[in-house]
Amino acid sequence: MKQQFKSFLSATTLAVVLAVGLSACSSGVKLDTPVEDKAGIATTNGMGTGSGANGQGNNGSGVTTVDLGAGGVNANGGPANVGKVIYFDFDSYLVKPEYASVINAHVQFLASRKTTRISVEGHTDASGGREYNLALGQKRAEAVRRAMALSGLNESQIEAVSFGKEKPADLAGDETAAAKNRRAEISYR
Amino acid sequence: MTTYLSHVGLKFSGALFFLAALFFQSTANAQFRVDVSGVGLTQVPISIAAFKGEAVSVQKISAIVAADLERSGQFRHIDAGSVALDENTQPDMSAFRQKAVDAVAAGSVTRLADGRFDVRFRLWDVVKGSNLGGASHVVTAPNLRLAAHKVSDYIYEKLTGEKGVFSTKIAYITKSGTRHTLWVAEADGENAITALSSAEPIISPSWSPNGSQLAYVSFESRKPEIWVHEVASGKRRLLASFKGSNSAPSWSPDGRTLAVTLTRDGNAQVYVLSTSGGEPTRLSRSDGIETEATYSADGKSIYFVSDRGGAPQIYKMGASGGGSTRVTFSGNYNISPTLSPDGKWLAYISRTGGGYKLFVMDLASGAANAVTDTNADERPSFAANSKLIVYATKFQGREALMTTTVDGRVKAKLGGVAGDIREPAWGPANN
Repeated sequence: MKQQFKSFLSATTLAVVLAVGLSACSSGVKLDTPVEDKAGIATTNGMGTGSGANGQGNNGSGVTTVDLGAGGVNANGGPANVGKVIYFDFDSYLVKPEYASVINAHVQFLASRKTTRISVEGHTDASGGREYNLALGQKRAEAVRRAMALSGLNESQIEAVSFGKEKPADLAGDETAAAKNRRAEISYR
Repeated sequence: MTTYLSHVGLKFSGALFFLAALFFQSTANAQFRVDVSGVGLTQVPISIAAFKGEAVSVQKISAIVAADLERSGQFRHIDAGSVALDENTQPDMSAFRQKAVDAVAAGSVTRLADGRFDVRFRLWDVVKGSNLGGASHVVTAPNLRLAAHKVSDYIYEKLTGEKGVFSTKIAYITKSGTRHTLWVAEADGENAITALSSAEPIISPSWSPNGSQLAYVSFESRKPEIWVHEVASGKRRLLASFKGSNSAPSWSPDGRTLAVTLTRDGNAQVYVLSTSGGEPTRLSRSDGIETEATYSADGKSIYFVSDRGGAPQIYKMGASGGGSTRVTFSGNYNISPTLSPDGKWLAYISRTGGGYKLFVMDLASGAANAVTDTNADERPSFAANSKLIVYATKFQGREALMTTTVDGRVKAKLGGVAGDIREPAWGPANN
């Protein structure tokens, strides 16, 4: 493709050069004179006709499709009858005191299972940029991670990650939904 | 090329502007929509005659060319009427002059014996009555639109002296149901091919400087990781999967490193990674958020977002870190910086009055203006010629991609696949 493209480029350059030359010396061309010369026409063969790579659906477009399939990891495990979602106030990254018992229950559960690992997944509401929300979601996950570490959880058992606004719990656009989306979820691996 | 223009003596009888409503009416049946606003807009009035033979071709070349030129903001298309023209027939210049047309392009589409198509065209200066040359592109049927974009590039460069970007590519992401798809499309959003399809989110695509690879963030392993993906072969490799979140990849202009955001040391901070992987170098040091790093075109500076002042603002630092200076001062939420390849403009998203709007700052003066009237703009990306910006927004309730001229006067909604379209990344020249 690249080779062909280069040859096309040089052909275009040639056409431009020729056309400049042509118009420079064709100022006397009369109106309604039939055009017969093709001095300004450069021919390129095979622009984009290469197969690029041999992937499916490529069609000379230079793009091969990769399909990751259904995917998805199911989160399960963890202590029975203990919540796994911690909600945050608008624009806040503080773990509210009411979640102390939830945090402690998970820390105790993990303390007796040293090989069990969890992810704390931070989320935001839908307003604002995707990357900045990813950083904000990380702040929420990080706040939960720190709270658990302070309660004695081994750091190697926990990873704080963010989904930003990419995985809303509630898709409705109202404030009730936004409040449900400002959260951190504890996910057992 | 600019001197060539004055040599030819082409006079733009522009300085005309349309009311948007009138314009929408006239293009209601076209495959595109272009919104023109503002006074004193200088546009070249041009006619793209129907290409001989295009009625039986799978693509209507003349319509694609006319749409390209109008989307650029530099041209106003005037219907050529029913006159039959091709690249070998000199148009009746006086008739076009009466329509106040300054340039005419005409051509043909011919199916060859081997099944390919020969797209030929010629451009005419109506004011001077001169022949501005043409070209022939022999392509397979799937590349007929690309051939049309090459025609647009030729016309654009001849008449403006600037490189066209119509045959470049735009990557974008759609979400349809639970499916997340990364597409590579033509610069008008059409002819999209799937590069990656996933059940988990994909965000932040970024083109390598030579246009062969895309870096992006994929959540396929239930956390954000940075992948580098060779578009032609579909070969992909995991570039960054450090503890925590890995995001916001942005290539250095020499293609050797990527600026990225990692959280391995706590909150989001900016690091630099070699494209061959290895240990990242931390560039920013704050307790808060530092993210969305992007290189200046000369590779010497990195612009990024930081909340060190209490709210997200755009800052600038050297490419190897060190001291930084604040760039945005208006408003309390300025994110997603991107620099024009010519180094003149900074585009970013600013929250104003509850909405998120695309702003463009003239880096020489520091003056910044909102260039849209939509309220949910995201993630601007410059075209290779620095004349157009593609961005994501909400349009009639759906996520859509729009292009705008840097001054905001000419906007167009890009076509493309169905569903919510987001996260555009405009590819480099000649990819």
